[in-house]
Amino acid sequence: MTAPDDTAARYRRPVPVLWWTGRRPYLLFMIREFSSVFVAWSVVYLLLLVRAVAAGPAAYRGFMELSASWWMLALNVAALALTLFHTITWFVVTPKAVAVRVLGVRLPAFMVAGPLYTAWIAVSAFVVWLLVR
Amino acid sequence: MSAEPAMRAAETAGESIVLRVSRYLPGRDAEPVPRDYEVPLREEWSVLDGLNHVKDVLDGSLAYRWSCRMGICGSCGMTVNGEPRLTCGTFLSEFAPGPVVVEPLRGFAVIRDLVVDIEPFLGKLASVTPWLVRNGAEPPPDAEFAQTPEQLGAYKQFSMCINCMLCYSACPVYALDEDFLGPAAIALAQRYNLDSRDMGAAARFDVLAAAGGVWDCTYVGECSAACPKGVDPAGAIQQYKLTAAMETVRRFLLPKGAR
Ligand code: SF4
Ligand code: FES
Repeated sequence: MTAPDDTAARYRRPVPVLWWTGRRPYLLFMIREFSSVFVAWSVVYLLLLVRAVAAGPAAYRGFMELSASWWMLALNVAALALTLFHTITWFVVTPKAVAVRVLGVRLPAFMVAGPLYTAWIAVSAFVVWLLVR
Repeated sequence: MSAEPAMRAAETAGESIVLRVSRYLPGRDAEPVPRDYEVPLREEWSVLDGLNHVKDVLDGSLAYRWSCRMGICGSCGMTVNGEPRLTCGTFLSEFAPGPVVVEPLRGFAVIRDLVVDIEPFLGKLASVTPWLVRNGAEPPPDAEFAQTPEQLGAYKQFSMCINCMLCYSACPVYALDEDFLGPAAIALAQRYNLDSRDMGAAARFDVLAAAGGVWDCTYVGECSAACPKGVDPAGAIQQYKLTAAMETVRRFLLPKGAR
């Protein structure tokens, strides 16, 4: 028996640039990462709205017109969809990341994720109430 | 008609399945080349049984690792039809009518055929001080070191690892950066960090929170999906991120002596 030749060339499989397109879980991960851009956009949009409100009725009307344009609507529909995707995928993985132990026993996933969904619904309901009241 | 000839008839008429095995001989091949072998398709045959058939009957030059053939030793991990799997726990029938593509574990340098270089992985495991650290407070050798079921439960899941490296193979962060400490090593660190008898958490912090440690993880989560033992290394990493963040703040706020 010969000893393994440690000087022999080893083969390293190159990682293709589009490695994340080949497997569904990788693709979903990339969409989740990419959706952060739209989450950031939602924040920027909210700040623009606040600025328009502070600048008086004319600025607010201008902002509303801008928001009604087809491309802004399309952008915001996409932002809504991807923000929902982002939120739900994070709520799904949060119970794995946060191990809450009560009296030595780890809480089941739904008891960690449950309060998150509850808070989300409560805040959304409050915003809707603000808008329609 | 007795049962025996009937069985033999079934076997000869019986189906076979093609194993498409990645072959690589350094010095001869610039890169791995796939080679097809036809092996019997038996219901109770795993992919590893198929490889053993190739080596015993068709081509003795095939190199691959295996030992226990029962999901315990962790040495038979390979890429089967694109997924990291234990070949002793993956059945040929799952892929009928075939072919079954068998490649070495991704993310590791290939030494020959299906054998990958595990040295970097072993180095990572050793780097997290994977033993009970007592800082001079060793109990007498004959003393029992009892734990309650709750104390055992805190780390038991992370102690189930068989070092099969499937989690590394599933991890795109590791594929892109081989300096990443990786799922199993971090889960192993947590196995000791969460042990009530251990005092080594501060020393491990210096490895886990450094470059290449937990902060390189982007939480793809595929390591936990690939793990055959339910270790959930992704969970271990995210949980440690929380611990590491709090420890960093604590070290920043507290004077040196009070730590
Ligand atoms: S954590 Fe799971 S997949 Fe990773 S080496 Fe251990 S047993 Fe294998
Ligand atoms: S041969 Fe031991 S785990 Fe497969």
